[in-house]
Amino acid sequence: MNCLSGTLVNDTGTVRFEGRDLAGLTAHQRTRRGLARSFQLPRPFASMTVAENVRVPLLYAAGSRRGRHLTRAEIGERIAEVLGQMGLADRADQMPRDLTQVDMRKLELARAMAAEPSLLIADEAMAGLSNSEVDDIVALLIRLNQAGITVILIEHIMKAVMQFSQRLVVLVSGKKIADGPPDEVMRHPEVERAYLGQ
Amino acid sequence: MRNTVFILIVSLVAAALFGGALLVRSDYLLFAGYTVLQFVVLATAWNILGGYTGYVNFGSAAFFAVGAYTSVFLHKAFPLPIPLLIAVAAVICGLLGLAMGYLTLRLRGAFFSIATLALAVVLQTVVVNWHYVGGSRGAYILRPTAGPIPGLSYIEYLFLVMLALAALALITARAIEHSRLGIGFAAIRDDELAAEANGVPTLRLKLVATVISGAFMGMAGAPFPYYIGYMEPASAFGLPYAVNAIAMPMIGGTTSWAGPLIGAVLLGSLQQIATVTISSAVNLLIVGLLLVGFVIVAPNGIVGLWQRFFGRNRKDRNKASWRPSSTSTESASGSAASSPSTPSA
Repeated sequence: MNCLSGTLVNDTGTVRFEGRDLAGLTAHQRTRRGLARSFQLPRPFASMTVAENVRVPLLYAAGSRRGRHLTRAEIGERIAEVLGQMGLADRADQMPRDLTQVDMRKLELARAMAAEPSLLIADEAMAGLSNSEVDDIVALLIRLNQAGITVILIEHIMKAVMQFSQRLVVLVSGKKIADGPPDEVMRHPEVERAYLGQ
Repeated sequence: MRNTVFILIVSLVAAALFGGALLVRSDYLLFAGYTVLQFVVLATAWNILGGYTGYVNFGSAAFFAVGAYTSVFLHKAFPLPIPLLIAVAAVICGLLGLAMGYLTLRLRGAFFSIATLALAVVLQTVVVNWHYVGGSRGAYILRPTAGPIPGLSYIEYLFLVMLALAALALITARAIEHSRLGIGFAAIRDDELAAEANGVPTLRLKLVATVISGAFMGMAGAPFPYYIGYMEPASAFGLPYAVNAIAMPMIGGTTSWAGPLIGAVLLGSLQQIATVTISSAVNLLIVGLLLVGFVIVAPNGIVGLWQRFFGRNRKDRNKASWRPSSTSTESASGSAASSPSTPSA
């Protein structure tokens, strides 16, 4: 996950995105190419409001994606749009410390979305949330996917995984043990042994 | 407030200060005022890296001293007017900042700070062993009695130069704070990993910060030999510069251009008063006690206290800062992003 997003440099193998080898590209360069991520533990910019948090990728990543800086009016419109999509419109002027856990997760996704990615890596976006909050985030991710964004979801909550995935890859100790449609993968004996119990 | 309005206000205040100084015509006040203004520049310069990006630089005295020794070197080699000396010192210290940044900015937290401290020690050792600029014996710079501007004594001229530098430093710091660059700096300060993941070129921005910060520290040091007359490595690389450059923004508040200004005026004035009433030996004691007090009582400095008591104003400003339909108070430079152009950073 960190190798994909450029936070860590991979010792072996290659990371290819949209037909291009990403070797040598830093994390911010990958974001600018359309590969955005959210963090497992929310990492908001604590001194900024929710709207200001979303403004950062709009200033630094979305401009590169479009080949020009966004105007101030465009940035304002995009902030309103992204926060609206994420259900954070009424939290725009709040500081991150005043947000609930689920809103904090949504802010993570909102910032990633503001970078206007074609691939979103959502790292355990539902960890620690209640059932209804999980449903909320899954619905959000499905909407993003329907809008044309590929989503890699790293998740342990099986309900969310089954609800969301079109393709399921299972890793154990860094090794891939299964890859395919969710129903098929869930019946895989090694997956049952490793994750679901026999 | 727009940048042009701010520039106008700063220019008017500076003109009023200089006019007042000319009316009083007291050499002591001019020397004391020069010192306070020098600290305004140093503290503002430190804050561009330490306050805006969160990278604490313990090597401020090294940049200040390199600026001062640039003047000593050029005074002997190719005598130049002070504004040109300041420009050369800015370039040299900016490059020094770039080199320091490349070597150290992959380090974080205390490791970065220790590396900057080491830089100061290395540079002091170089100067101590460089006989052309006086080595450990130091160097004398005899300043003329009359300044290059007719009607002004040399100390009045030096005061004017430092006043202009302080104004320039404040204008630059505020412009950065309200620009795309400033937002990137704040993102780095809050969470560097998240900033990078959100498209902020963190290394490049940190290098920009070290260059600007280093350049201003060097500029503050360039007129110093003419002010002090005799300069030795121990005075130029002195602990008071390193300590004050950090303490002043921390006491004033590190997240705003106003913090270093308030801290420098408060601490600089207190130190000047202590020097003539008690002894200059208590200067660092005052700084230390105030710093400890503020760290405990008001960790975000005087500006932080202000924002806590008048928090509603900040909230309103935040509301205005992004809504497309609002009559925002964000400065023009605040929207480096506002005019379509090719992304640079």
